[in-house]
Amino acid sequence: MATAELNNLKLKAEDVKLNEAFPEAVSVETRKGYSGYTVKPENLVEVATALRDRYNFKFLSSATPVHYLEQGQMEMVYHFYNLDAGGGAIVLHAQTSHDAPTIPSLTPLFPGADFQEREAWDLYGIKFPGHPNLKRILMWEGFNGHPMRKDWKEAYYEQDGKPYDTRWPGGQVHRVEDKNPFGNNVAYPDGFTLEGWSEQAERGLYEAMPVDGKGVTIEGMQTDLVTVNLGPQHPSTHGVLRLIVTLDGETIVKLEPVMGYLHRNHEKIGERNTFIQNIPFTDRLDYLTPMANNHGYVMAVEKLMGAKVPERAEYLRVIMDEFTRVASHLWWIGFFLNDLGAFFTPALYMMTEREMILDVFEATAGSRMMVNYMRFGGVARDLPPGALETLKELAFERLPRKIDEIEAYLTDNEIVRSRCIGVAAMSADEAIAYSVSGPILRAAGVRHDIRKAEPYGIYDRFDFEIPVGQTGDLFDRYKVRVFEARQSVKILQQALTQLPEGEILSGKQQYQARVPAGEAYGRIESPKGELGFYVVSNGKPNPYRYHVRAPGFINLTSLGKACQGWKVADVVAILGSVDIVLGEVDR
Amino acid sequence: MSSIAKELANPDIKVPAEIENNLIVTSIDKIYNWSRRNSMWPMLFGLACCAIEMICTAAARYDLSRFGMEVMRPSARQADLMIVSGTVTKKMVPQIVRLYNQMPEPKYVMAMGACASGGGPFKDGYNVVSGIDKFLPVDVYVPGCPPTPQALLHGLITLQKKIDGQSIRTVRWYQPGAEEPIPVPILGPDLIDPRQATLLRQRAAEQAALAEQAALSPAEPPAAG
Ligand code: SF4
Repeated sequence: MATAELNNLKLKAEDVKLNEAFPEAVSVETRKGYSGYTVKPENLVEVATALRDRYNFKFLSSATPVHYLEQGQMEMVYHFYNLDAGGGAIVLHAQTSHDAPTIPSLTPLFPGADFQEREAWDLYGIKFPGHPNLKRILMWEGFNGHPMRKDWKEAYYEQDGKPYDTRWPGGQVHRVEDKNPFGNNVAYPDGFTLEGWSEQAERGLYEAMPVDGKGVTIEGMQTDLVTVNLGPQHPSTHGVLRLIVTLDGETIVKLEPVMGYLHRNHEKIGERNTFIQNIPFTDRLDYLTPMANNHGYVMAVEKLMGAKVPERAEYLRVIMDEFTRVASHLWWIGFFLNDLGAFFTPALYMMTEREMILDVFEATAGSRMMVNYMRFGGVARDLPPGALETLKELAFERLPRKIDEIEAYLTDNEIVRSRCIGVAAMSADEAIAYSVSGPILRAAGVRHDIRKAEPYGIYDRFDFEIPVGQTGDLFDRYKVRVFEARQSVKILQQALTQLPEGEILSGKQQYQARVPAGEAYGRIESPKGELGFYVVSNGKPNPYRYHVRAPGFINLTSLGKACQGWKVADVVAILGSVDIVLGEVDR
Repeated sequence: MSSIAKELANPDIKVPAEIENNLIVTSIDKIYNWSRRNSMWPMLFGLACCAIEMICTAAARYDLSRFGMEVMRPSARQADLMIVSGTVTKKMVPQIVRLYNQMPEPKYVMAMGACASGGGPFKDGYNVVSGIDKFLPVDVYVPGCPPTPQALLHGLITLQKKIDGQSIRTVRWYQPGAEEPIPVPILGPDLIDPRQATLLRQRAAEQAALAEQAALSPAEPPAAG
């Protein structure tokens, strides 16, 4: 490797002057409150290639559109990271007209952009020439329009932003379905009837699968490839994911996830909501880690507001985040064992521990699952009397003991080892190319954890380690999660001991947050991976753009590749090892 | 007399004391409902966040098996109860209706949580159905977002009470004539309920008439809508 390249390995975003390297194609972003660069779409591929190969910004974390209706523009926003150097992102904005928007695809360079570009096509109607498989991903083929565009209105549309005039100050509560001619949440294009119309929703799903080619060779027998469907109603798809698999005997030839069965229009609703109304909605993204979701979102908005968070609140956030991580990893271990065939017994043990943690969440935030706990500039409630003792008991006594117990039963278990070791190994380069994050990225040998790479809150104060695996196989993923749970306990022990007295919210409780115009990207290391919130404000009470970079969704991009060549029974285990929650995958 | 016997026995009919432990005189409805309510097998089928609370209800702490309901069947063919545990999306609802049609009678539906009951927090979303009762007959609604395990248990006990009040003479699945399956919704330009096909045609005709009118009198401003 040449010396110049070696130096580049550690380049921070600030050190890269893209506008100097590409004076024709790239200019520094000048809009107030925005950062990064603007790239001409025709040069995007060239610039991205340079970022990847010359500057070592190999990790395309997020690619998301914004529709600027007044300007008549559609914009793609890309966040690139250098995982070796850590630190912030290089942000690229590529703009195109919103009538028939077209932007070259980055999928050939960064396979991790695959699903994100499909989502941009599905919801915004942006075409990506060069994308190998550009079809809808969350909605179905044949759906009328691209629903996230600002000029697209849903059947129950009332007004662009909440609070709706009819409700406040008007106070007229009504049932929206009473105003809809069909009495339901539907709207059809003018003149639509069923006559002469044919369904296309399933079209394209099976066509993409290989049909010809010889099957397994068995002497004296002719075999074919078969394509089968798994889900969306299936106990081991962790919700409503659907997989379409082409098999050669028992071996996977091709696998494609089909999603959107829990697409709840989180982002569209989020853009109608006020900033503060979105906090409880984030709970429902990854419903096993609501605290972490809250944290990511309030951080993004705090960046825009420039809000300060009091010490005690920072500690409470860390405490809640880390308990969430332990709960989430325990849950995962239980259900992963389920996927391996140990039906429910391990899960029952894990859930018992999770219940202990949920009890404290309930006592503190008022709800077991949907905590709605964090606020811009702090947290909503302080710990109730007695909670600190319970938490300490958990962090110092109970959880360490339980994690030991898990390891004693599982880590050396012969069946676990033989089902996991060597299965679906993933190299570091591959994991980075697929934009995989979280435990499965670390299992592949990349020492990257946002708590260390770009510390947020007060994470730089704690002493903890980042586990990495060597091969990225299922066993490494399991071990990384167990190790991480231990490290979380270690952080908890420090945080609970140091927890200072004081305020928990800066300023007073507000019903309306004043958010200056601009863009912000807040990302945290959620138990599932990099959870990012991209928020654009135009100074109004509602976010202009609200995007969730969901780790589960992007981690799934690698699933098809990871399953290739493995057996049917492994698919369930490989899928389980990704640790998806459909609320977040489909949003 | 055992407690079961006490629950079932018809108090008007005296059973001689010597065979009291071996014989219960009861009505067909009572014994039928009693066995049905105590072996309610839900379908193993989760949709969203509420499903997590459903799993917790089935786990050690809340222990659904106390009510004879712990046998979750992944196959619709073996299930008695569909707990719709989460947001019903337009993309998913054809599958849910299909599953319901596949369940053998007697069958019950519980709408668990705000979403399944009426769309919940995501009601105005473009891919969300405002409640499963737009398509399936719901027996019990359980409010909450998510309902706590206790609330779900309460819902299940309510369902048991409802079953207690049923009679095989009147329940709809024992009426003469086969029950029609619920038409499976279609994914068109938006979700299409086949039961609304006539309404769709009517509206298309109205719109066509309006357009024609507008074309005939170009001086007039085009009709709104
Ligand atoms: S009711 Fe609430 S908890 Fe249940 S599925 Fe809907 S959003 Fe999730």
